[in-house]
Amino acid sequence: MHFTVNGNSSYCYTNSRAIDPGKPSIVFIHGSGMDHTVFTLAARHFARHGNNVIAVDLPGHGRSEGEPLTAIESMADWIVAALDALAVEQAALVGHSLGSLVAMDCAARHPTRVHALAMVGTTAPMPVSDAILNAAEANDHAAFDMLTQWGYSKRHQYGGNRNSGMWMIGSTLRLFERSRPGVLFADMSACNNYSAGVERAAQVGCPVQLILGAEDRLTPVRSTQPLQAAFISPQVTVLDGAGHTIMVEAPNALLDALHEVL
Amino acid sequence: MAGPDYPGLDTMALHAGAQPDPTTGARATPIYQSASFCFPDSDYAASLFNIERAGHVYSRLSNPTNAVLEERIAALEGGVGAIATASGQAALHLAIITLMGAGSHIVASAALYGGSHNLLAYTLPRFGIETTFVDARDPKAFAEAIQDNTRLVFAETLGNPGLDVLNIPAVADVAHAAGLPLMVDSTFTTPYLIKPFDLGADIIQHSATKFLSGHGVVIGGLLVDGGRFDWDASGKFPTLSEPYAGFHNLVFTEEFGPAAFITRARKEGLRDFGACMSPTSAFHILQGMETLGMRMSRHVENTRAVVDFLLSQDVVERVGYPELDGHPDKALAAELLPRGCGAVFSFDLAGGREAGIAFVDALDLFSHLANVGDAKSLVIHPASTTHHRMDAEALAAGGIGEGTIRLSVGLEDAKDLIADLKQGLRAAGKVIAKKGAA
Repeated sequence: MHFTVNGNSSYCYTNSRAIDPGKPSIVFIHGSGMDHTVFTLAARHFARHGNNVIAVDLPGHGRSEGEPLTAIESMADWIVAALDALAVEQAALVGHSLGSLVAMDCAARHPTRVHALAMVGTTAPMPVSDAILNAAEANDHAAFDMLTQWGYSKRHQYGGNRNSGMWMIGSTLRLFERSRPGVLFADMSACNNYSAGVERAAQVGCPVQLILGAEDRLTPVRSTQPLQAAFISPQVTVLDGAGHTIMVEAPNALLDALHEVL
Repeated sequence: MAGPDYPGLDTMALHAGAQPDPTTGARATPIYQSASFCFPDSDYAASLFNIERAGHVYSRLSNPTNAVLEERIAALEGGVGAIATASGQAALHLAIITLMGAGSHIVASAALYGGSHNLLAYTLPRFGIETTFVDARDPKAFAEAIQDNTRLVFAETLGNPGLDVLNIPAVADVAHAAGLPLMVDSTFTTPYLIKPFDLGADIIQHSATKFLSGHGVVIGGLLVDGGRFDWDASGKFPTLSEPYAGFHNLVFTEEFGPAAFITRARKEGLRDFGACMSPTSAFHILQGMETLGMRMSRHVENTRAVVDFLLSQDVVERVGYPELDGHPDKALAAELLPRGCGAVFSFDLAGGREAGIAFVDALDLFSHLANVGDAKSLVIHPASTTHHRMDAEALAAGGIGEGTIRLSVGLEDAKDLIADLKQGLRAAGKVIAKKGAA
């Protein structure tokens, strides 16, 4: 559905349902250069299980208008503004990569609005290589190539999609190619510049789940130790065989893991 | 700025989509010859039916063996996904019925495989879909034929039978300017010779019976979605951009983004029309595809040798291969098909229909049959077989002479193929001499 956030026409996928104030709500937040479609399967699943699902397109992404935001904190505040616009008092947040930092920051700084947090393919801090940043700044396709290749486990470079007939590398590339010039650089810079992650993690009071790919090359499991240590009793699920693009590489395992916290 | 390298075509032809079988460790892709698949529990079942989980329900909709083949061709073509169908014709039909309904119109090249031409010219009009056929070599003709109700531009990468080289970038520009997708039949070329998505095409159709398999033991088709066409921006494709009552008002572009077309094709067209591929056929096609690059290279090498030989023969009046001087598409072929123009081509014998028949009947190594793209060399005399109901005038309009011979050059030793052709040419020569004496 289209709605207005901070004066801009914005979009969120709701499984074609109106927001029901009597149901729990789950907000899905995509990663860098992506849009709501990365969470289609999960959103459909939790909608059928009696939730309001709100898979957003961050400003400048997908079907949302406006300039891309340049800081994780701004994106977190935008999520709260979106909840206000949708008259949703409190929600569980599920974020992937950049979206996971947005969700965590939101949970830390707006604790009354978030009752559960799931971070998929995450780490903090989340440094981005100069090669990716430079390519993204130049709107060079090489940025899409690097993120796509390193975004999948080595085995998945050759496919093996559980979703019949879909070539995951091609699907991810096409989604990146749809992003507007400058969007990926804004997102990557936001990740790279977000230094408050571990501090924010310590402020999160709601249940937390980290869902990690055992073969993630962009946000390796080993890099998540400071984050894991900062949270109070996080639940950690490591998915064998998956890289960073967990929604595509392990869609069923992701659903099962999300049920642990949602 | 250079990004990381992707695996090459030969590597992907062997590995894309496949993993060692998780249950048995089998290295080859198993044939999952099962009509249906068990659900662990009711909620899992519901989630599969509602497109929440990845998995298989019923082999008309998806199958683990077919899925490997589908992912492999999608990877080789650089698309987002693919569907394996019962035949190449089924793939073409699936694409059309996914995009349009009665009252729609297609602009197609006139240089098409006969089966495709039949579907477009005679069968689909009965269901309210009309086609205008245009010169494959004239992008302007494609533009001029587009109507308000046109929903697809369709052509073959190498036209049939004259090997018209499709100017994919130019025709794609024409289609896109009108808010339409370009679909190409790349059966003759395969991803080894051309990558249509890189040149602007939006959908690719294959008869997998031909070069992709190579062995000629199965019938199968593949439909591949490039994922770049913006169906929402076009506004001409309500099947993709508006709620679908057949699936709880699902809007495919909204939920599946770049994969909207191929997802609708599976969720509706494959489900309702049911032209799915047998898992055993998928297995056979996979075996062939593993050696695609090596085979296509040899096909082209042999074809060039045969073409060179035929050019030197007095009884051969014309050889139609786009790499030759005098072929109208020589420059375009050099640009778009640098690895070669495939292994199917035609040539004209002096002596007309009788010489053609004598030539074919004298061959031993070339198999006389109606197919192309086999590892074995094939021959047919169109005037006495596939086009036997047409008179000389009608044949000429189709670019076919009474003495036209079509070859599909296989993987045998070139010297043996040439020796066989010499037999045929001697027989044709006798007919010509006899006619001359008379």
